[in-house]
Amino acid sequence: MSQEHIDQAIEREYAAGFVTDIESDTLPPGLNEDVIRFISAKKEEPEWLLEWRLEAFRVWSEMTEPEWAHVEYPRVYFDQISYYSQPKSMEDRPQSLDEVDPELIATYEKLGIPLHEQAVLAGVAVDVVFDSVSVTTTFREKLADAGVLFCSISEAVKEYPDLVRKYLGSVVPRKDNFYAALNSAVFSDGSFVYIPKGVRCPMELSTYFRINEANTGQFERTLIIADEASHVSYLEGCTAPMRDENQLHAAVVELVCLDDAEIKYSTVQNWYPGDAEGKGGIYNFVTKRGLAHRNAKISWTQVETGSAVTWKYPSCILRGDNSVGEFYSVALTNNMQQADTGTKMIHLGKNTSSTIISKGISAGKSSNAYRGLVRMSPKAAGARNYTQCDSLLIGDKCAAHTFPYIESRNPSAVIEHEATTSKVSDDQLYLCQQRGMDAEKAVSMIVNGFCKEVFKELPMEFAVEAGKLLEVSLEGSVG
Amino acid sequence: MLKIDNLHAQVDGKDILKGLSLEVKAGEVHAIMGPNGSGKSTLGHVLAGRPGYTASAGTVSFMGQDVLQLETEERAHLGIFLAFQYPVEIPGVSNMEFLKASVDAMREHRSLEPLDTVSFMKQAREASKAVDLDPAFLKRGVNEGFSGGEKKRNELMQMMLLEPTLGILDETDSGLDIDALQVVANGVNAMRSPERSFILVTHYQRLLDYIEPDFVHVLSDGRIVKSGDKSLALELEEKGYGWIEDEVA
Repeated sequence: MSQEHIDQAIEREYAAGFVTDIESDTLPPGLNEDVIRFISAKKEEPEWLLEWRLEAFRVWSEMTEPEWAHVEYPRVYFDQISYYSQPKSMEDRPQSLDEVDPELIATYEKLGIPLHEQAVLAGVAVDVVFDSVSVTTTFREKLADAGVLFCSISEAVKEYPDLVRKYLGSVVPRKDNFYAALNSAVFSDGSFVYIPKGVRCPMELSTYFRINEANTGQFERTLIIADEASHVSYLEGCTAPMRDENQLHAAVVELVCLDDAEIKYSTVQNWYPGDAEGKGGIYNFVTKRGLAHRNAKISWTQVETGSAVTWKYPSCILRGDNSVGEFYSVALTNNMQQADTGTKMIHLGKNTSSTIISKGISAGKSSNAYRGLVRMSPKAAGARNYTQCDSLLIGDKCAAHTFPYIESRNPSAVIEHEATTSKVSDDQLYLCQQRGMDAEKAVSMIVNGFCKEVFKELPMEFAVEAGKLLEVSLEGSVG
Repeated sequence: MLKIDNLHAQVDGKDILKGLSLEVKAGEVHAIMGPNGSGKSTLGHVLAGRPGYTASAGTVSFMGQDVLQLETEERAHLGIFLAFQYPVEIPGVSNMEFLKASVDAMREHRSLEPLDTVSFMKQAREASKAVDLDPAFLKRGVNEGFSGGEKKRNELMQMMLLEPTLGILDETDSGLDIDALQVVANGVNAMRSPERSFILVTHYQRLLDYIEPDFVHVLSDGRIVKSGDKSLALELEEKGYGWIEDEVA
């Protein structure tokens, strides 16, 4: 390793915040303006961002928690959460995989994750920084050659303040909803992407390559800007269950898709769902939204298998004429998990079109709801939407719900909605078992078949992993 | 190979099989005939291990094992194959995936590696040709939108790929036109061997014109009431089941 690489590695460590004064770096629980000032100061933020956060906090203080979702969970006490804590130091982390929950390791093995990656995922104190520096460096050089900016949002605030200032909150305003306001006030870190005019991003961008990803905390903030006629595919998350000590997650993702640009955003979400009784799982309350200008295209693909409670509606505002929005979703709930997820397609421009394919799978005693809004505004002449919403039930103790909202204020708009509910039938299982498969293999094959239309939208590698992930997530759902 | 002794079985708490005994030796073809409701299909499902079909008395041994103690898939691993009368659809799962998963499950049981995709595709295409099914069917969802005849040929194709020791055909001939019937018969005849046996459950003598059975049994009210060679089937065709039932009574 060259001296240059080592220097970079040390720099990175600093950027990720490992070498600051650890003693004073965790705040007592509770949220007030001083806490926000502290966070902003810690991150050496400019004045305008502090003001921006404070305004969000004031808005949030006036808001009440939404209760319309089809989920039930114990009250979250926002004054009992600590809103700033430094990542654990190397000494505080597990020193080897032997110190990690064996069940977590067993899951990693089932998913075929290599040993060194297991260590990173489980938060083991390994020297990943040095290992990955060369990979990351080549990766960064290649992106820099194309003019693509890809860094943490904290870095972006320092390096590209004009872009951040122009677009932060432009798609998801601070007052949008309770959790978005909270996130705006206290967001920890997240990703920033800018693709210049006419550039096709030379590779799929994955948070995996961002070393400090593991420490972005519970209030993640992502901003992706695709300038005119550019193209980017972004992968978020990981099929392996991520260890996290924070129960509440309230992320915000904003996509800005300028004229003729295209953003493809794929997510695999597998946060800890809690044990079979639902204890200890993550609450995932996320606001994801994209704004599509003229001829632009935004495509959301998500595979949601984790978290105890999911509340998430990746949406598209189709402002520009001829813009296109897509939403492909697989949401699987097992045991005591609850999900209320779907999308919003807001058609503002002429000849805008959107497609929604949602596949909900419920097993165990879980509850799975699709909630979707398709709105055709008066100016959306010639707009089209196609929605297909399928539910699959496994066993007889789970539930599936569909809440489609359709608002059409333009007579030339066309909206199609199809919905089905089916069960993995005893006859299907019997056929598979008579042909030699065990029940679990059979269920996973049937479920994968059910999800095929969504999986084919995922990047190749993700698609294979997603299939495997469903298999592991469904364990214990039959027999 | 298969020995059924005094088998009693219930479906939904109702007695269907009431003391059925039957022995099938390696290489033999047995036809089971009988009026509606006599328990023909139940016999196939009890042997294959369909949930809800419970044996209340009697024994079934296959290849020296107590079949009634085994899980459905374990019976399949032993080589029991049931061609369904009403094959079920599995939307979204391609026939090819389904077949590969089946073949690999069987191979795993024999401690063999999964078949590589290329050799599997080759075998699958050959099998589809043998049952006169366009290879395009391999890409379609399992039985999804198949006609009655296509479903039956699909069952036969599965049997060819899985190479069972005992093939049970549950009214595979019903609803088939004469050409399709011939295809099914040719398939079964090609698979006949000194190590492999068949039980043909059928209503009609017609199938037995094409697949010549070693034995014909008449099932009535859950028991075998008459056994004979293939001439018994012809006699049934001529006289119906009434005379046997009268004879038994």
